Amino acid sequence: MASLELRNLVKIYGRTHAVDGISLTVADGEFLAILGPSGCGKSTTMRMIAGLEHPTQGDILIDGEVVTPLPPRMRNVSMVFQSYALYPHMSVAENIAFPLKARRIPRSDREQKIRWAAGTIGIEHLLARRPARLSGGEKQRVALARALVRDPTLFIFDEPLSALDAQVRAMARSELRQLHDRTGITTVYVTHDQFEAMGMGDRIAIMKDGRVRQIGTPQQMYAHPADTFVASFLGTPPMNLLTQDDHIVGFRPEHVLLAGEAAASGHFHVPARIIRQEFLGAIWQIYAETELRGHTNKLLAQFTSAEVQTLHDGDAVQFMVSPEHLRYFDPGSGKKMDAPHV
Amino acid sequence: MSDATARATRHAGVTDRSTLLGALMLAPAIVYIVALVGIPFLLAIGLSLSNATVGDPGFHTFVGFKNFERVLNDPAFPVALRNSILVTLATLVITIILATAESELFARNFRFKRFWQIIIILPWAMPVSLAAVNWLWLLDSQFSPVDWILVKTGLLGPGGVWGPARHLYYYGREWLGLGSLTLINVWRLLPLATIIVLAGRTSIPHEVFEQAQVDGAGFFRVLFRITVPALMPILVVVTMFTALMVFGDMALIAMTTHGGPGHSTQLIPYLAYVKGVEGGALSEGAAVALFMFPILLAAAIGALRFASRSESN
Amino acid sequence: MNLAIKKRLRRLGFWLGMLFFAAFAIFPTVWMLISAFKQNADLYNAANNPFLFNLPPTLKHITFLFTNTDFSVFLWNSVLIGVMVVIITLLLAVPAAYSLSRLVGRWGERSGIAVFLVYLIPPTLLFLPLYQVISLLRAANTIWALVLVYPTITVPFCTWLLLGFFKSMPREMEEAALIDGYSRWQAFLKVSLPLAWPGIATCVVFAFALSLSDYIYAASFVSETASRPLNSGVPTALIRGDIYFWQSLMAAAAIVTIPLAIGYGLLFDKLIQGFQPEAAS
Repeated sequence: MASLELRNLVKIYGRTHAVDGISLTVADGEFLAILGPSGCGKSTTMRMIAGLEHPTQGDILIDGEVVTPLPPRMRNVSMVFQSYALYPHMSVAENIAFPLKARRIPRSDREQKIRWAAGTIGIEHLLARRPARLSGGEKQRVALARALVRDPTLFIFDEPLSALDAQVRAMARSELRQLHDRTGITTVYVTHDQFEAMGMGDRIAIMKDGRVRQIGTPQQMYAHPADTFVASFLGTPPMNLLTQDDHIVGFRPEHVLLAGEAAASGHFHVPARIIRQEFLGAIWQIYAETELRGHTNKLLAQFTSAEVQTLHDGDAVQFMVSPEHLRYFDPGSGKKMDAPHV
Repeated sequence: MSDATARATRHAGVTDRSTLLGALMLAPAIVYIVALVGIPFLLAIGLSLSNATVGDPGFHTFVGFKNFERVLNDPAFPVALRNSILVTLATLVITIILATAESELFARNFRFKRFWQIIIILPWAMPVSLAAVNWLWLLDSQFSPVDWILVKTGLLGPGGVWGPARHLYYYGREWLGLGSLTLINVWRLLPLATIIVLAGRTSIPHEVFEQAQVDGAGFFRVLFRITVPALMPILVVVTMFTALMVFGDMALIAMTTHGGPGHSTQLIPYLAYVKGVEGGALSEGAAVALFMFPILLAAAIGALRFASRSESN
Repeated sequence: MNLAIKKRLRRLGFWLGMLFFAAFAIFPTVWMLISAFKQNADLYNAANNPFLFNLPPTLKHITFLFTNTDFSVFLWNSVLIGVMVVIITLLLAVPAAYSLSRLVGRWGERSGIAVFLVYLIPPTLLFLPLYQVISLLRAANTIWALVLVYPTITVPFCTWLLLGFFKSMPREMEEAALIDGYSRWQAFLKVSLPLAWPGIATCVVFAFALSLSDYIYAASFVSETASRPLNSGVPTALIRGDIYFWQSLMAAAAIVTIPLAIGYGLLFDKLIQGFQPEAAS
């Protein structure tokens, strides 16, 4: 149980700045998701926290203590790898026992802990098996049990669900989060999947090009993205970003309304022509093209089936968005800005 | 830094610091090689530049390149050089072709495979001088069973295609002698070459072959368009290995032709041995042996360059 | 062409090829075995069929091998030398290969083929100065001279082999061990080594075989009969001037080769695996 702090973490490989100055704090017991596309530096950051890589600059503090010069075995951090990294020449029980043996924990205590960890994760029936004879989901659980068994200060997950089938993944997600809630261990969860990040994280840190673009709760990040990258990364389908002369205006597809209904004063009006409509069960997705103040943009709107009855491909319509759902971004930097004076 | 961190840092030792540990783990091998290969190599150069003999093995007199001149003027040397290159090249070509063919067979599954594996690995299991003696008798000028078969099949003997004599003097003729040396080399190195090629062959994913099957390619097309190109990197390894083992070997010639008749089947390693040990002129022996080095180096560079080019393709 | 006929032809081709290679490999040995039991009058008669016992076979020459020569001594020396060379090779090559693959950065990984550069300096070049080194160490004429020197032949090869092995082993296992609480050295011992055992097994076989493939060091460094290994001992004992004790020579070769061939042959697939790290994981 401890807090984690990263101070100005930098990692340079040759001439590439894989991590370019990251500072953040994870509170004791918090579940932080680090989200970003591949190559954004999240894996490197995670490896530095674990001690597998040495930062070029900066410090890592666990519970207020600087751990930067320490090797992994002295940090009391547990990690679940993307490939699970189970030792193939050992049985499941021996895999789980391995970290305990490193700490010279006597056999009787070891067996008790193994039973506890296996019980918590629900894999008692697998203890005698070898990793080669486990399914993907089972391997993931063994990796979890191995990470859990020594009561670490910090949990690190490296895309642990990406190797699982889609169906298993949703269940595993829920179980992982529940495990965290039960044990209260501070967790850093690295992923490229926004559903995992949003669904599991107390807070999310979005990274790109070695920097943290924004950090906050899922709701904050979704409603108030700090730049166009975050705005288009979170949310499926992504936020509409319409280029204008000196700014970019953004709004989410589900906030698009059909003009012509009630009082629309102050609403942002967008004339558009419908290109395609997609029926997706609970919702319709409308692909449209807009022509606004000389700029052509693509637009995506989401409606429930009731609202869509009257629309056809090729129709010219007026969409509108309520001002509270509008976000503005600077076209040069992508960063958010205040509403421009019209 | 707190006390706990400070204490912990002091305990993070050698076994944690990868670079230091790496150096320590690498050191014994490096020290050994430097001591028993590097330094003797320099000593060999020193020997070749001195006038050391078996009776007087010191380095005291520097004679410059006199030994090399003497070697170059020795009529045996150009023959030895030519022969070494010829035998090596011939062995290489034949071994690689046969190894590729053999690996095609052993890449498949068939009954009693273990049995056949034991059989074909046998030549490699024979200690080299015993193999030489085996072949010495096998190709003996009087009692060779090979000749006996050739006579029985009418290729040798009166009216025979290969001459009226009942025997071929395998070790007593220049080209027969060189051919025999090549044959023995191929015989003893083929198992090793086959194993290495097989390693490359079986790591070609079988989807590639299945795709070729679907595309309707026949055996030979698959072999030449798919298998061989995929085997290129491993063939480079086999080539280097085989070339080094053949070029540097002197056991076979020491047991069979002894370089004769005259010097016509002489090989460089044996020439070095004869001059250095039997002749007593250590410095000349070293000079001859040193001639091997630039040839091997050039070949190695060529092989490496070929390897990196084919890897980037 | 008819599919069934094509299949038949293919099988025929396969077995023809196999027979060719098998015959090529084993013909000398089969004949050698037969000769070992032949009486002199039978062997030294050019008119006789060399593949048949024209006179009844005899054990005389094999007995001669064991009673009149130091063959058993040579055998024992070779085994002893082989075992010790294997041990020394593993002690040098395994850590070196691991270090190159993991611990010393990019250039270490690329040094694979570079290791072969050591072989550019072949024994026929080194034996002269090495003899001086051996004499200095007072090891001349003992088996220790060979034990000391053979690893120069075996270590580069085994290092290259194991380097490929360690390189293809996923780093994550060792990293998991580090995180689980082990130091680099312990992770090497407890995780990397056990997983590299096919490569190590191959190295054992190759190191042993390579120590039996040297003639020049054996011939140059050891003249004391009792310390000779097979390669130099057998020819010296059984070729006296112009007289070749062929049957005993053949018997010696057979006694050594057949068990080794069986041993290596049974490990055939493992040997291939040793060259093939990707398939191992």
